[in-house]
Amino acid sequence: MNQLIKILEGIGSTLQLLVRSASYLPSLPRQFGRFVEQCYLIGYTTLPIVAILSFFIGSVLALQAGYSMQNFGAKQLIGALVGLSMARELGPVMVAILLAGRVGSAIAAELASMKVYQEIDALVTMNIPPARMLVMPRLVAVLVMVPVLAIIANLVGWFGGAIICSSTSFIGIEPTTYFATMRQNMEFKDVLNGLIKAEIFGFFVVLVCCNIGLNTRGGPREIGAAVTRAVVVSLILILVLDYFVTKALM
Amino acid sequence: MPTPEAHPASSSDPAAAAPAAAQAVGVSIENLSKQFGTFEVLKNVTFAVEPEEIFVLMGPSGSGKSVLLKHIVGLELPTSGCVTVDGRDAAAEDTREHVRMALVFQSGALFNSLSVFDNLALYPREHRVANAAGIREKVMRALQILSLENAAQKFPSELSGGMKKRVAIARALVMEPQLMLYDEPTSELDPVMSATISEIIATLKDEYHVTSLVVSHDRELALNIAHRVGILMGGSLVVVGTPSELKASKDPRVAEFLNPKIDLKNPRFKKLET
Repeated sequence: MNQLIKILEGIGSTLQLLVRSASYLPSLPRQFGRFVEQCYLIGYTTLPIVAILSFFIGSVLALQAGYSMQNFGAKQLIGALVGLSMARELGPVMVAILLAGRVGSAIAAELASMKVYQEIDALVTMNIPPARMLVMPRLVAVLVMVPVLAIIANLVGWFGGAIICSSTSFIGIEPTTYFATMRQNMEFKDVLNGLIKAEIFGFFVVLVCCNIGLNTRGGPREIGAAVTRAVVVSLILILVLDYFVTKALM
Repeated sequence: MPTPEAHPASSSDPAAAAPAAAQAVGVSIENLSKQFGTFEVLKNVTFAVEPEEIFVLMGPSGSGKSVLLKHIVGLELPTSGCVTVDGRDAAAEDTREHVRMALVFQSGALFNSLSVFDNLALYPREHRVANAAGIREKVMRALQILSLENAAQKFPSELSGGMKKRVAIARALVMEPQLMLYDEPTSELDPVMSATISEIIATLKDEYHVTSLVVSHDRELALNIAHRVGILMGGSLVVVGTPSELKASKDPRVAEFLNPKIDLKNPRFKKLET
């Protein structure tokens, strides 16, 4: 029962934080420096790891598909399979998981330590709302940067698949054939749905991590606990949202 | 407006640098009670602080002094009773928009990722009280008053305990507050630094005409710079009076708190055990 109450309190405080942060949206020009800084942290610093992982996910997908489909004579469809899988599912989910692990944990740690060491209280007494200075710029930055990361993840994953298809002897599909099949079987809507999913996942990951950080109480041990909680909650949220958003977009 | 009985604070020279005085505000606390779970931290506390007064709140550790301060700045909400600042409910969010209050935290609560200069500049930048040159001037003036000019580019982790306290006071000063609240400003400091901080508090009151509410264990600070002193024990305010009234108090709790005798033959902790 206590656990249920805590979950409901968490949902309530997250929604409150969302409303409060949205109300400070008009002050975005004044927070432009922080917005740019967060774009750098969320987008630029996450980009290399997104590219590396996407390349190997696309490669493994092509490899597994080639190995499994060679017996059915369906190897020609590998391009479509990799293209659709990356765009509709793996790209957005992988970007969101990386955001949770890399950006969400850092946000939770920073805000939790600010809370524990009374920096948040100091902001409140200075009449500087933490939602305006610390949360709103992050939420806007994630909305701007996540589609960029998801598009790059898709492109790198597709190219990873193409390289494996052409360089693996038992697959042996040229990049032109690979991309032609991809084009024939994919629509712009597939890519768009993936971007919408990534946007929703990324936004809620950052919101939840901010809320957990700002509601930390106690000492240094609780900072570590807050980071763990932020990552675990984010991962669960991504997978739960994935089902509902996918269903809604079908 | 009460007159301090003793005023050791020396006014160095910042008078010329002092900004136009803001209107000092009063604080009124009526029947304030606060409960955390089943533990009652504050029990029907009632007192008022007059504009431009230096009021020192003393009391043993855990008596609820810091919790009371948090009620005045709206960081805690009362279980019952009310706290008003300049006639406005301290718990209301818009009170901080109308009244400039600054709290000097016991730990300093400096922003660890910002330099000393940026710590001080945060408030004027966020509230756009001046342009970049004006902000720089305000910050450097505050640092100069607290003798911290050389620490401007340092980070809080590079400062000593005394410097952190002074930076916290300087940060509060940049806000040009109408009400300054200090939470244990002299704790963990050596006697000379404690005296310096006491002098600073009294000097700032003279220069900036702020109302000051100081939570402290420091008897020297209380008896030398306060206009009035209150003693909080077990969540209740047991006495409020001028320093001389407190010194003359016949209340054994007050007498023991102000002049505790070290009795090695009959130590207190052994009395508690029995």
